[in-house]
Amino acid sequence: MIVASNLTKRYPGGYEAVRDVSFDISAGQMVLIGGHSGAGKTTLVKLIASIERPTSGSLVVNGQNLAALRRSAIPYVRRHFGLIFQDQKLLFDRSALDNVLLPLQIAGLSRRDAVRRAQAALDKVGLLAREKANPIALSGGEQQRLAIARAVVNRPTVLLADEPTANLDVDSARDILDLFADFNRVGVTVVVATHDQSWIERCHPNVLRLDHGRLV
Amino acid sequence: MSAWLSQHRAALASAFRRLFVAPMSTVLSLLVIGIALTLPAFGYVLLDNLRDLGSRASGVKQISVFMDLGASRKEVGEIEGRLRQAAGLGWRFVPREEALKRLQQTEGMAEIVASLPRNPLPDAFIVEPQDTEPAALEALGKELASWPKVAHVQLDSAWVKRFDAFLRLGRLALMMLAGLFAAGLVAVTFNTIRLQVMAQAAEIEVARMIGATDAFIRRPFLYYGALQGAFGGLLAAGLMLGGLQLLAGPVGELAALYGTAFALQAPATSGAVVLAAGGALLGWFGAQLSVSLSLRKFD
Repeated sequence: MIVASNLTKRYPGGYEAVRDVSFDISAGQMVLIGGHSGAGKTTLVKLIASIERPTSGSLVVNGQNLAALRRSAIPYVRRHFGLIFQDQKLLFDRSALDNVLLPLQIAGLSRRDAVRRAQAALDKVGLLAREKANPIALSGGEQQRLAIARAVVNRPTVLLADEPTANLDVDSARDILDLFADFNRVGVTVVVATHDQSWIERCHPNVLRLDHGRLV
Repeated sequence: MSAWLSQHRAALASAFRRLFVAPMSTVLSLLVIGIALTLPAFGYVLLDNLRDLGSRASGVKQISVFMDLGASRKEVGEIEGRLRQAAGLGWRFVPREEALKRLQQTEGMAEIVASLPRNPLPDAFIVEPQDTEPAALEALGKELASWPKVAHVQLDSAWVKRFDAFLRLGRLALMMLAGLFAAGLVAVTFNTIRLQVMAQAAEIEVARMIGATDAFIRRPFLYYGALQGAFGGLLAAGLMLGGLQLLAGPVGELAALYGTAFALQAPATSGAVVLAAGGALLGWFGAQLSVSLSLRKFD
């Protein structure tokens, strides 16, 4: 499903965030990308999500080599992923429901179908009662759950998260972990970059550990 | 297809919403666009009225064909026959008796005409060609002069040429003015859209990360530019009609002082449609330019 071969990302100035990394993630797996700060976890997530382009090597997702992809094809590849960030990247000028509607509008769903699906996603993360609330009025844990609802509403094949529990208290982090485990149980591939060890204890994922950009 | 339509509907709705988010700035932008479009449009309408006034002025773009004094009825009839066969010509015959009667009716001429031993005026034809270009008028005048028993052909070609040159100059000046104001409209839209893209940076960044294409991101801005241009065009049409309404009275009075009836003609409804469509097109272009350049920052 996600196959990396000799993947390298070098930034202008020569800094290599990811060096010669190879791995193979099968469909339905839960994979944790671990490592200390600056190990290259976030860069690897960005490479998988096509937010960054590899300097060399290949990265094949669902049979498509992302390194050789035309720029215009990238948005369609991103739609296979549900992306979740540490800072959630929510839009604070609209309601929780409208935040979740955005991927469906991009996909071109009719308003009625989109609202139905967005409400189902909000229900799944326990936020249906707060669909009209502005994200600013939500707690950190709720904001992260809202970000998850936005990530899963388009029924992605891969959930890709970067430090999704970093800023959360223990209880909220556990809720998020459970949500990821739930989605993984129904066949969604989950790739999480985190240094939170509770993931290993609770979800027993496969672990890719990075150190200074290299897989160890 | 329905996804495509749904996205366009959503983009149009979003563009409408954005127009009302900051009403004051929208009104100011519309005023700038409206005035920019009003000036060339008003100039065009005035020039059109002037052209109409010029062509209606007595003798302009008419050719008077005077027959020889000795021309017989048969010979005059032959010229009449030739004119009847010629395509693209309107004409009327002025018999010499009628011409004399008209001369008699002219103030101060009755006594002079009465003192004449005989009618000195010839039979004449007043020819009004459809093609009123100076070159065409001159060519026709030459041809008419070559017909048998035609003594004199009168065409005020110098006046026609001067008037035509004046109109051409006016049209050219108007086109230059329109070009400048069109560039101004594009610049206004460009800047408005640039500010909007900056204000929507967070949304654009998120949308791109979750799979939005450039077309999806551009669309609301393009609609916004087009709507702003279209409303600016409609405002320009309103301002122009208001201006014509204000001028209509004084222009009519001035014309009456010169012994003629003249009313300023407002353009048809299609004029407003053309202004709105032109504004929309320029707005769309300005938005396209702005959003394309602005989106590069997100790459």
